[in-house]
Amino acid sequence: MSDKSLSTEHRGQPPIWRALKERLFLLVCLGSTGFGLLALAALTYGLVSEGWSVLSWDFITAFPSRFADKAGIYAALVGTLWLMVITAFFTVPLGVGTAIYLEEFAAKSRITRLIQVNITNLAGVPSIVYGLLGLAIFVRTMHLGRSLLAGALTMSLLILPVVITSAQEALRAVPHTYREASLAVGATRWETVRNHVLPQALPGMLTGIILGLSRAIGETAPLITIGALGYVAGLPRGPLDSFTVMPIQIYNWASMPQKEFHADAAGAILVLMAVLILFNGTAIYMRQVARKRLGS
Amino acid sequence: MIRILAAGVVPLIAIVYGCASAGGGASSTVKVDGSSTVFLITAAMAEEFHKTRPDIRVYVGLSGTGGGFKKFINGEIDICDASRFIKPAERDAAKKAGMRYIEIPVAFDGLSVVVNKRNDFANSLTVAELKRIWEPSGGVKTWRDVRPEWPNKVITLYGPGQDSGTFDYFTEVIVGKSGASRADYSASENDNQIVLGVAGDRYALGYFGYAYYEANRDQLKIVPIDAGEGPVMPTPETIADRSYSPLSRPLLIYVRRDAADRPEVNAFVTYYLSEESAELVREVGYVPLSDEFYELARNRFEDRVTGSMLDSQPSEGRSLKDLLSASRSG
Repeated sequence: MSDKSLSTEHRGQPPIWRALKERLFLLVCLGSTGFGLLALAALTYGLVSEGWSVLSWDFITAFPSRFADKAGIYAALVGTLWLMVITAFFTVPLGVGTAIYLEEFAAKSRITRLIQVNITNLAGVPSIVYGLLGLAIFVRTMHLGRSLLAGALTMSLLILPVVITSAQEALRAVPHTYREASLAVGATRWETVRNHVLPQALPGMLTGIILGLSRAIGETAPLITIGALGYVAGLPRGPLDSFTVMPIQIYNWASMPQKEFHADAAGAILVLMAVLILFNGTAIYMRQVARKRLGS
Repeated sequence: MIRILAAGVVPLIAIVYGCASAGGGASSTVKVDGSSTVFLITAAMAEEFHKTRPDIRVYVGLSGTGGGFKKFINGEIDICDASRFIKPAERDAAKKAGMRYIEIPVAFDGLSVVVNKRNDFANSLTVAELKRIWEPSGGVKTWRDVRPEWPNKVITLYGPGQDSGTFDYFTEVIVGKSGASRADYSASENDNQIVLGVAGDRYALGYFGYAYYEANRDQLKIVPIDAGEGPVMPTPETIADRSYSPLSRPLLIYVRRDAADRPEVNAFVTYYLSEESAELVREVGYVPLSDEFYELARNRFEDRVTGSMLDSQPSEGRSLKDLLSASRSG
């Protein structure tokens, strides 16, 4: 919009009308925010009122059971924690590495553009497709079986596009003058990235990693496809052991005929939300630390 | 930067490791996957079995009967939970892979046809009427299309999604061809959605496994089914003696022949077929086999009778008992 069109738009409108538009705009924005918050509040209220009563230490440390009042989420909770840590282990270096290559090193050629478009598109692929891919590659071809490792690798594929894209955004936000100054005093590209660009971009990258892992923590379909379990009376003993995760346990309980299990499902969702907050809280804490170091 | 990463990652790893090392170090495992209906039974068995044999780990997945068979034939699992018999295509694939299996019925289920509590006219349905309602070209829109004296109100239909063994079985025995169903119904993989749908709509009709009716009796009205010998209600008795026909179905497990000789698999299947496990089947909402059937099923496993009961003869018109005993001698 040019200055000219701005001025013609304003000419002849009474100030009261402009003020009204201002108020109206504010109201629309406020309404949008409120809508989301209201939905979240309603959801949380529903979950707490249904699931609060089942929450107890026993619920957290018990294995699943056919009796709703004896059932617990221990195996699923530990499975989810394992899965998240292993997924992060693969996703962070791969995602950040790809982003650094694409932003800092690769020439802007047709091929990099093609890669870019593909990464963006992959972010929109339904998660079940990743499940099928994981089943074919990790479970069958690589013979990892229905293991945590196969699940975590599948989850990594699923969230890599999100992590790469946001890491790229973060790198792009670092002013070009930083790089130029660093290169001008004789630093290599590696030194420039390592000492100047990466620390600046780190907080933004962490945001992407948080978003990616938050998505992975709630996924069910791809894990059921690769053969995560519905019932296991024991904890995973290592990355190559079978596992179950919380969303599967919740899905399981929610589809049980007996209503008592639906309360268990609500309770498990509350625990899942707590785990999510724990994970995100850790990442946000790390982001704060990173920001503080930049400031000093 | 490494220090920053460490600040967050190290405590998390510590938490996970702490939780993980609390678990014991068992070694022998039994891997089960397949039907989400039979999952309830197998998971209950695994739970109780674990108490007597904590040294054996039983893993139970629920990727559906079809998905289970795929993994089973691939040799990835020891036991496949199935809410229907193995299909000819799956039998051929197993044969091609040189994989032999033991087919064992473990319980009965009665697919229940339900309507809204306030529905005061649909007091029974014949199999032919059900077929007209559900077949792809039946043209039934209102209740009056089913029976002229019923109200001229649109039937809203609810049923399981197309990946479910329940859907396969229902379409096979009602419509006549597995998978043939009209498409304009509300399909849900979660049977509780069907319960909610039918309970909230006066002119709705839906179907699902007996356990879901049992758990929601107060919200639904069950429709007795007439297969030519008068309307029959699904009850544990009519399901077990199969007079609730044709909608009572056997639930089965398939055990890999070579896995059956492994002591842990043998112990688990033996437990699965033991007398006390009938109570577990009842607890999760299904109908246990009669003592006679348990005997036949146990013999079948002990003698390691391989192949499907349907290999030699079509199931048409033969009771499960005939089939079970026939393949014992054969």
